[in-house]
Amino acid sequence: MKKVIIIRYGEIMLKGANKRFFEDKLVKHIRHAISDLGKPKVYKQHSRIYVDLENYDETQLIERIQKVFGITLISTAKKFEVDMDRIREEALKELQDRVNFDGVKTFKVISKRVDKNFPMQSLEISRDIGGYLLQNQEGIQVDVHNPDTVIYVEVREEAYVFSNKIMGLGGLPIGTNGKALLLLSGGIDSPVAGWMVGKRGVDIEAIHFHSYPFTSERAKEKVLDLAKILSIYVGEFKLYSINLLPIQKEINEKCPEEEATILSRRFMMMIAERVANKVNATGLITGESIGQVASQTIESLHVTNSAVAMPVFRPLIAMDKVDIIEIARKIDTFETSILPFEDCCTVFLPKRPATKPRLEKILRSEGKLDMEALIEDAIANMEVEKIRLGDI
Amino acid sequence: MEVYLDNAATTKPRKEVIDAVVMAMELLYGNPSSLHRKGVEVEKSIKITRKVLAKALGCKDQEFYFTSGGTESNNIAIRGIVEANKRMGKHLITTKIEHPSVLNTFNELEEKGYEVTYLDVDNRGFISLDQLANSIKSDTMLVSIMHVNNEVGSIQPIGDIGKIIKQKNPKTLFHVDAIQSFGKIKFSLSSLFIDTLSISGHKVHGPKGIGGLYVKKGVKIKSIVTGGGHEMGLRAGTENVPGILGFGEAVKFLLEEQDPLISQMKALKVYLVEQLQEKINDIILHNGIDDRFAPHIINISFLGVKSEVLLHSLEGDGIYVSSGSACSSKKKGYSHVLTAMKLKDSVIDSSLRISISDTNTKEEIDYAVLEIKKQVELLRKIMR
Repeated sequence: MKKVIIIRYGEIMLKGANKRFFEDKLVKHIRHAISDLGKPKVYKQHSRIYVDLENYDETQLIERIQKVFGITLISTAKKFEVDMDRIREEALKELQDRVNFDGVKTFKVISKRVDKNFPMQSLEISRDIGGYLLQNQEGIQVDVHNPDTVIYVEVREEAYVFSNKIMGLGGLPIGTNGKALLLLSGGIDSPVAGWMVGKRGVDIEAIHFHSYPFTSERAKEKVLDLAKILSIYVGEFKLYSINLLPIQKEINEKCPEEEATILSRRFMMMIAERVANKVNATGLITGESIGQVASQTIESLHVTNSAVAMPVFRPLIAMDKVDIIEIARKIDTFETSILPFEDCCTVFLPKRPATKPRLEKILRSEGKLDMEALIEDAIANMEVEKIRLGDI
Repeated sequence: MEVYLDNAATTKPRKEVIDAVVMAMELLYGNPSSLHRKGVEVEKSIKITRKVLAKALGCKDQEFYFTSGGTESNNIAIRGIVEANKRMGKHLITTKIEHPSVLNTFNELEEKGYEVTYLDVDNRGFISLDQLANSIKSDTMLVSIMHVNNEVGSIQPIGDIGKIIKQKNPKTLFHVDAIQSFGKIKFSLSSLFIDTLSISGHKVHGPKGIGGLYVKKGVKIKSIVTGGGHEMGLRAGTENVPGILGFGEAVKFLLEEQDPLISQMKALKVYLVEQLQEKINDIILHNGIDDRFAPHIINISFLGVKSEVLLHSLEGDGIYVSSGSACSSKKKGYSHVLTAMKLKDSVIDSSLRISISDTNTKEEIDYAVLEIKKQVELLRKIMR
């Protein structure tokens, strides 16, 4: 008998001709997600992916596999040669485990016969196993509507018995939907935004803006830590770091104080767009949410958005902070995000930022700056860091 | 050029200290509790080092205990005294400017039902002896006051304080956090009315992870860690032998050289203050160069400059200092000491702590002053 992890994927089935491409991506991501734990066999078979458990730690493997986008359900099954006596025996052991460890009192059996040469039909198998379990285990009853546990029996080239179904994250495998560049700050929102877009199969790279030496080196470390957590989900990626300080100084010197924030944000967007073009990304991702801060009013968003031609994805746009925090907790970025180091220095925060900036006025302010030179300098001094899963 | 001016945070271990630590790890690796020779020789070396520490503090060998550092010493003293003397009463006294290892311990005791009086300080960081005298009651079990404040360097007169406490209530115990003063100010426990006192290794060019606690003979104190009865039953746990020997080496140096070291620090401090005052406008010095302040700490505000930004800019020039506030849009980053001194927000926002050591040189101070002037002027232009 062998133990295997069965991985099922829902949405990929819809994709017709592309199915194989999607499945191959998924297999690759699963292999990557567990790469530092060892090299168990990962393979696809009849529209599922299997991982041979061998001597690997089941809990650790599942915890990793659960974080791969594109998976709907995960189970751990016993796999053995097709033989009705053996199936009965293994089903009983499975039920006894549930009784002893989880205290279940009611059950039902769901069977699936894929091998049509097998003499019994699905319902017959269920009835047979159900009867056998009732006879051989005391203190349990069948409940077809609301059972404490379900014993699944599958008859294929080999037989499978299992009783657990663990939810996956859903979504689509990374790399099946193009590439976008995430504007990653040290805050709560942007990692969540990157995670959400990544979940739709989009390849992610990230760009980060800082004001070193006005801001602490710890702020940089914090962003690196966030990027590493994100890479558990989206795989290896590159993090581009831009020092915004020279631009902030220039804005501070030549433009009205209340416009400082909105002008810096436009610079960030313009720089991000150019970097995105260089790395073949066709969209930008931000963690903006309507009304969260002065620079995220509808008017400000309009002015920021006008800085670029590329589509900007804002998955959090209509979400409340509490809901964003809930996801941040779920994906484990929250604790890192709330560390007190700020990445873009508060020195340049205007006392009364413009909440309803007008584009013409902002453009006039930009006219006072040598935009092209400032942007080119910033990109020329850009630093690149490769974010790898194994570095955590 | 690298100029380390954050010596109140920690100090660089002396060469002799590093050698002692390495020697202890290579040769004296036995467990001092072992019955064989390998253990006995280690036990002996600890005994000799304990004598060095006792000599430096002016106490008996049996009154000195090794701990893992200042925080643990303060915890053992405060919690240990409170546990062992419950019958004396429920009232405790400390100050608003203590180190978190003291302040947070008292906060917790307060939550557990003890009554805690937190003494105020004036705008230079000194408590009022009158307020102290008036606070001591018949059920006051413990008074805990730091000798030198780690942020502003104010020296509390622990000699007078001890006398006042014992006059008001002879039973009241007196704990002193001397972590920042040990090695910087001369004192001898034999002539002071102190019951327990904490020191730390890494503030005096010793290793991190080692500290000490003095407990006067006869003072009732209960161990807060249970174990194999090490350190005369007060602090269980296999001794940190490399730490102890390194600490001993650092203190030997102090015993021989303390007077010239102190005058050297003091001269550097005076020079630094004078240079800053002469070369940079709009600065406020929060302490002084007279004898009421420790010889190694300067706390100064460069008005209009956020101190954390200045700190990071100086870091770029290889100069390391501390700030009185974190660069945060929220207010929670403010120093509790400067807040207790009732300084204005804008002053706290711009306060920098520069702390020197005898290992610093005049050339380093000159370079630091030059760079501070340059950065302050640059930042003032930016921060409108």
